[in-house]
Amino acid sequence: MEYVQDHPIIFVFAGIVILAVLLQAVFFLIRALKRAKEKGMDKSVIRKTIISSLTFTIAPAVSILIAIVSLSKKLGIALPWLRLSVIGSLSYETIAAGRAADAVGNSLASSEPFNAQQFVTVAFVMTIGIMMGIILMPIIGKKLSKGMQTLRNRDSKWGDLFVTALFMGMISAFLGFVFADVQQGLGGWIPVFVFLSAAALMAIFGLVKNLTGWKWIEDYALPVSMVGAMALAIPITNWVVAAGGVVL
Amino acid sequence: MRNMNYMDSIHHYGRIWGVAVGLIIFAFPFALAIVFNAWPNGSELLNGVLAVAPIYWAVGAIEVFTYVPMLGSGSSYLAFITGNISNLKAPCALNCMENAGVSASTEEGEIISTISTAVSSILTIFIIILGVILIMPLTPVLNSPTLAPAFNNLEPALFGALGMVYISKNWKIAIVPCCLMLLVFILIPGMGANVGIMVPVGAIITIIVARVFYNKGWLGAKGSVVAEDK
Repeated sequence: MEYVQDHPIIFVFAGIVILAVLLQAVFFLIRALKRAKEKGMDKSVIRKTIISSLTFTIAPAVSILIAIVSLSKKLGIALPWLRLSVIGSLSYETIAAGRAADAVGNSLASSEPFNAQQFVTVAFVMTIGIMMGIILMPIIGKKLSKGMQTLRNRDSKWGDLFVTALFMGMISAFLGFVFADVQQGLGGWIPVFVFLSAAALMAIFGLVKNLTGWKWIEDYALPVSMVGAMALAIPITNWVVAAGGVVL
Repeated sequence: MRNMNYMDSIHHYGRIWGVAVGLIIFAFPFALAIVFNAWPNGSELLNGVLAVAPIYWAVGAIEVFTYVPMLGSGSSYLAFITGNISNLKAPCALNCMENAGVSASTEEGEIISTISTAVSSILTIFIIILGVILIMPLTPVLNSPTLAPAFNNLEPALFGALGMVYISKNWKIAIVPCCLMLLVFILIPGMGANVGIMVPVGAIITIIVARVFYNKGWLGAKGSVVAEDK
């Protein structure tokens, strides 16, 4: 078969992989819902979990879509569609595609299209580069889970603190990340202003909940604060540009 | 099989799905090579893999140790297949567990976390499919310079909102790692590209701080032994 960018067969292969991933998600969802019913968990909690997950997912999913559009200029649509639907992440796929393209001597910035061999090589590199998590989970997932259970059985408070500490570690890293460009002038402060806007919106939601007793507001506080701060990034950026700052 | 409890069944099916889907994912480039009769040039492939794999294999390995305790098993088996963990699956699942008042180390937490990750994964797949189908009319909107600042700032917006909740609730254990991370990212140029590596570093620092504070009794009285979930 002769290679052309976005040949229908690439979509077929990508579709098969994505279908398998979709089936896995549906399988785990059904099992978890069944178990929740067996345990007599409150239906409203399950409903809120589903609604909260749906509302939360929209903005990041649209960001993923933007990455697909960006990568599609060089890689076509089918490969970025697959790569950003499974395993990787926004940042990984962009970096991996760039380095793989450099390795085949046809950078992402170049207007020259990939030939079949270059395209296949890029697909191999992007796949191999991110396989560690998928290989390790079946090997050590159970041991880690049992280890956590033992930790919690030994001391429940420390078990919960341990998990909180892991998550705080993630937040602290992203807090640092937000400040990574502040030395590069006013433009580098845009993520900081957006971060603070999101924190302020979240605080307002907390205040409203405490003042009114509307507990349901919790389910929407995070996605609305996130999208609100993203929307505020537009006037913040315009203001920074008007003040002479350079958007990085 | 009938005697398996829920947690054992999660691992049983998680492993089966993990291996099966992993093989299907890995088969994709082979399938391309076969149908187009175009196999990679050995040295180019090696150069490409060496440019990507060492760092992302290390990050991937550390991520398993970081996210499994955080998200629980069912959610992790899914999240490591569907990806976008730090910018989507983990915050989504943790927010749901927080709102439901459960921890990933309990069976209720496992269930909530798995439902959240599964729902988020399914919706992401459908949004992307819809986007791919409508890519021609959507491209001008998605590439709009007006909207660009909004989508360029997804992570600051997400972690600003999350940080407000978690830092205010756990400020005692948050101060040291947050200050250290601020120093590292501000003082070392180019650290922004290494945030994935710094997540486990931040986690280790926070665990050490939490343990010291816990032993000193600064985080309240020590906890109790609980019965194992059946």
